[in-house]
This record gives sequence, structure tokens and C-alpha cells, in this order.
Amino acid sequence: MTDANATPLVEMRDISIAFGGVKAVDGVSVDLRAGEVVALLGHNGAGKSTLIKILSGAYPRDSGEILVNGQPAEIENPRDAKKYGIETIYQSLALADNVDAAANLFLGRELTTRWGTLDDAAMEAACREVMGRLNPNFTRFKEPVKALSGGQRQSVAIARAIHFNARILIMDEPTAALGPQETAQVAELTLQLKQEGIGIFLISHDIHDVFDLADRVAVMKNGKLVGSGRVGDMTKDEVLGMIILGKCPPGATPGPGALAA
Amino acid sequence: MADAASRQRAASPLTVNGFLRATEIDTRMLGMLGALAVIWIGFHLASGGTFLTPRNLWNLSVQSASIAVMATGMVLVIVTRNIDLSVGSMLGFIGMTMGVMQAEWLPTIWGYDHPLTWIVALAFGVGVGVAIGALHGWVIAYLGVPAFIVTLGGLLAWRGGAWWVTSGRTVAPMDGTFALIGGGVQGSIGAAASWAIALAACAAILAGLWFGRLRRRSFGFPLRPLWAEGVLGLLGCGAVLAAVAVFNTYPWPSRVAERWAEANGTVVPEGGFAHGLAIPVLVALAVGVGMTFLATRTRFGRYVFAIGGNPEAAELAGVDVAWVKMKVFMLMGGLVALGAAISTARLNAATNAQGQLDELYVIAAAVIGGTSLAGGAGTIAGAMIGAVVMQSLQSGMVLMGLDTPLQNIVVGLVLVVAVWVDTMYRGRKA
Repeated sequence: MTDANATPLVEMRDISIAFGGVKAVDGVSVDLRAGEVVALLGHNGAGKSTLIKILSGAYPRDSGEILVNGQPAEIENPRDAKKYGIETIYQSLALADNVDAAANLFLGRELTTRWGTLDDAAMEAACREVMGRLNPNFTRFKEPVKALSGGQRQSVAIARAIHFNARILIMDEPTAALGPQETAQVAELTLQLKQEGIGIFLISHDIHDVFDLADRVAVMKNGKLVGSGRVGDMTKDEVLGMIILGKCPPGATPGPGALAA
Repeated sequence: MADAASRQRAASPLTVNGFLRATEIDTRMLGMLGALAVIWIGFHLASGGTFLTPRNLWNLSVQSASIAVMATGMVLVIVTRNIDLSVGSMLGFIGMTMGVMQAEWLPTIWGYDHPLTWIVALAFGVGVGVAIGALHGWVIAYLGVPAFIVTLGGLLAWRGGAWWVTSGRTVAPMDGTFALIGGGVQGSIGAAASWAIALAACAAILAGLWFGRLRRRSFGFPLRPLWAEGVLGLLGCGAVLAAVAVFNTYPWPSRVAERWAEANGTVVPEGGFAHGLAIPVLVALAVGVGMTFLATRTRFGRYVFAIGGNPEAAELAGVDVAWVKMKVFMLMGGLVALGAAISTARLNAATNAQGQLDELYVIAAAVIGGTSLAGGAGTIAGAMIGAVVMQSLQSGMVLMGLDTPLQNIVVGLVLVVAVWVDTMYRGRKA
């Protein structure tokens, strides 16, 4: 297991963001170590996706700070986040539907020839290689991704996140659109990436997924952190209690959102 | 991958489907060219054989140039889910500033017909165009005002601005060199130079096919069958050579030719001096090639299409969406300046009303050419063909002697029908 005393790979401290007076995320602190899977749980609207979008640079935070390897990180937009090795697989997949898999894989980081033009052949070759590893049945390299199935689109989104040597991977409901077999593949991939020392934030509504994959869980409710703790220190029922009631069990560290005992 | 390759190898040149699959010709583009052919032949028959003549086709090429140039920019504007309603008014304003520059300001510095006048006036116009585009783009991309509103404001404001430059007075004539941008007898490059350009274009087509094949082979991708490459090369080169051959059979008016021959101490050859390619057509073709390169071979172009497909995804992937949008409008402004140069040079005057309704023709050209108003789809070549389709309709109806109101009705109908057909085509594909 990971060393609990080492400097966290990423640490979000006291993060808040409000949309038109509604505090979507209110003073939340979470951290993530190398080779660790931290699950972020909560109801719809609990603020988990918003919190994670702050880390990936999609939303600018109102207050709080983000540290990467113990150093304050300036993350104002997705480009900044990628500079710190933070890659995200969004729930919506965030694919440009009208261009092909290779164009999506390299969107924002295109390979160019020595004259500065797009090197489509090289990008297609790289795409064939990475997709060959992730999803060997994938053959539709020339078609816009809107022509692909849900699972194929998902593998394009995953390929994009892991192809650029991510150190911190955010997976927002990565299996929401997948069948059982593909879900198992994603779980396997998650464990493999973990072995490679990548820190993973896993957002899921499926508590079973989380218990098999995650080292720790952090639960949010109404924009606040209910609590966090090691998976081995609580039962599924206790975690459900955190999600539904906001009740922090003895095995977890309570956060500001925990129900007063 | 393997079965895709074998399917391609098995594609037979003898069936329509096999032919299209093997040559990878875009069926949509083919449909447009087919429609254009129908229009041309139809007008040729209806006008008693006056449409498909070198003279009319040459005029058609010159008349299409300004709209075609601007339509290439409109493609990118529409692909990013925006619209620019201000191009006609911008054309009027920029044309006016370029006119005043060369006919009134610059001559006070270095007199008339100075060799630098045209280039200074043109550069100034392009600068003004890019600046106006930057202003529109900034308000749209950074202040978040919808492009429809910003450019609707621009439509009113720049038309007013065009009036303001000279208080409504027409500026004429243009500088002698500048006027060549508009075409005409002097603004055409003649037979020999036209053939040279045609041969260069053929060489470029063949080289493009050859290097494309080498590159695909070096990565082990499926290749087109050799016969398909041959057909593509033949069609491409054939079209180029045929077009130049047509333009080269349109002679100068005999009086002009005689006067020129006398002044230069030669005699008019058999068949007269040929027009060849007109300079505005060369400008439009160069813009078309350049814009196609920009749209398909550069990061900027890739981002433009990705933004059109899913703006949020582009932003999350790290694309600076606002800056790309602003650049698209700057580019549109620069292209409007080129359109203004062609149009003022052709008229040999800058007028207050110049470019009125051009925004609609430009948008129509882009849309007829397959640009989707929903964003994310469109081609430069398609938009240029769209411009030729629009111009063909107009000049065909003029040849047939139809009244202007009737012409407008027909153009309006064609626009709607073209988009309807395109919507059905897309619906069937998806």
C-alpha cells in the first residue's frame, strides 16, 4: 500500500465555488497519493463533479488552494491542469463528435510535421497503437466519433487521458455508458494504472465498483465533505449512511458536512 | 482494419459504389458538381446557346471571385457555430477606405499611378478588415454577445461608416495597377502564363497523390488501388486543363487588341489575344488553396472544426476557444478586404452601396456548398463551388432576360431547396 506520510500527489484545500449564490462546493479538502485510488461519492448534485472540474481546470475556484507534490499549483484552465499531468475522463466524454478518433485523441496536443502542419498519418498511427491496446476490436479510425458505439467512444476518451503520461487521473463515472464486460475492462485498467503509480480520483454512483477498486473514499453531500476514510475501516452500509444521511461513521474522519453527532 | 483493406482492394471500378469507395471521392461534392452541370446545361439550352461559351464562362469566373473569396472565410465562421451578417457592409466600408487611400490620400504624397499605391492601399484595406474582424470577434468571443447580434450591428454600423468616409460621394477611378485585381482585358494573364499555371497545378495534383500514397504506405495504412489514384489524377488534371483551355479561347475585343498591337509594334495573331485566367480568379483560387490548407492541415483549422463539433469538449481539451473564435473573425475581415479589392477594382470605383446583400450571397454560397449551420461541418471547396452556383443562377437568368425580382425569387427558392436536400442527405447518412 501507499505510504500515508508521503507528500500527497495532489491536495485540494478548502475549495469553494458558487454559482449565482448557490455554493456548489463549500470548503472541501481532499488529497490523493501516488498509486492510490480515491473514490468521490455522493448523490447527484452533491458537488463531486464540480469539485473535480476545478481540479481539471474547467471551473475557476472562488477560494481555496491546490497543491501538486506539495507545491501550490496555478490551475486556471484545462491547459494548466494538463501541464501538471492532470488528465480527466469526463462523464460526458467531451469528444468532438465531428472529427475522428485520432483528432480527438490529440485534440489540443496535435503532432505536427517539421513545417508545423498537422501530421495526421503519425497521429493515426499512434491512435491505432493505443487503441490496439485498449480495445483491439476498434477499427473505425476514419469515421467521426459520433458514428461509434458508446463503448468505443468511451475507449477514445480513456485513450486520450492515458496516452500523455498522466500522473493524476480523474475518472468521472467512467463506466456509466458501458456494458458489464467493458466495465470489467475499465476496472482492470484502473488497477493497472494504479500499479504504474498514477493517482486516480474515481467518481462513481455505484458503491460496489468503488469498494472493489478504491483505497479510500470521500463522501460529499450538499457541496460539503461529509467525511473520508480507508475502505477497510468501514462497511458498505456505513458509506451509504454517509451518502444518504451525512452521518460519519467512527472509521472515517468527519468533514464540515458531517451530521452533528 | 484487415477487412477494410480487403474490401477496398475488392472494390471494382465497374460499379458506381465500388468506384466511389475506391477513389474516396466525396459523394456530396460530386452531387454539387452534378447540380452545377445541370444548371449550366439547362441555362445553355434555355438561353439559346449563350451560356456555355468561353466569354460567359470567363465572365462567370470573374463575377464569382469576390463572393468565393469571402465564402471561404464564412465557412470557418459558420463551422464555429457563428454567423457574420456584416460582410457586405464591411466590404462597402473597406472598399471606400481603400478607394480614398489610393485616389485621394496617397496621390497627395507621391502623385498618381505610383507603383507602390496599389500595395499600400491593399495592405491598408486588409489591415482595416482584420481590425474590424478583431473588434467583432472580441465582442463575440470575450464579451459573449451572440455573433448574430454583433454582426447585425456591424451591418448597420459599417454601412453608415462607408457613407461617412466621403459623405456618400463615389470615389473613382482606382489606381491603374489596383484596377488589375478586378480583371478585365489587362487584368488577365494571357494564354502562355495560364498554360504555365495549369501545368504547375497538374504537377501539384500528381505530386500530392504520390506523396500521400508514399506516406500512407510508410505507416502501413490501407491504400487506394492504383487505378483509383490514376483516375483521380486524370480527373484533377483534366479539369484544370479544360478550364484553362476554355479561358484561353476567349479573345480580347478586336478593337482593344488592334490598339494594343499597334502601340507595341506587332500584329494581332490569328484568333486574337487570349484573356486566359483573370487576376481575381487567381486571387480566389490562391485563397481557396490557402484556406483549404489552413482548415485541414493546421492546428488552427483542427480547432475550428473541433469547436464546431463540441465547444465544451474543445475547451476541456485545452483549446483556447475564445482566441480561436476571435482569429476566425479576424480572418473573415481580411478576406472581406480582398473581396472589397476585387469588387472595387472591377467597378473601378468605390461606392457607398457596394457589397449590399453580399452577406447573404456569401452565407448562401457557404450553405449551398455544404456548410452546416449547426456547426462542425463544411468545406472550403464546397463553398467556392456554392459561390459559382449562385453566380451561375444569376448570370444565367440575366442571359435569359428574366426580371430582377424574379431572379431574387429563384435564388431564394434554390437556397431553401439546396439546404433541404442537404438535410435529407445528412439525415440518411447519420
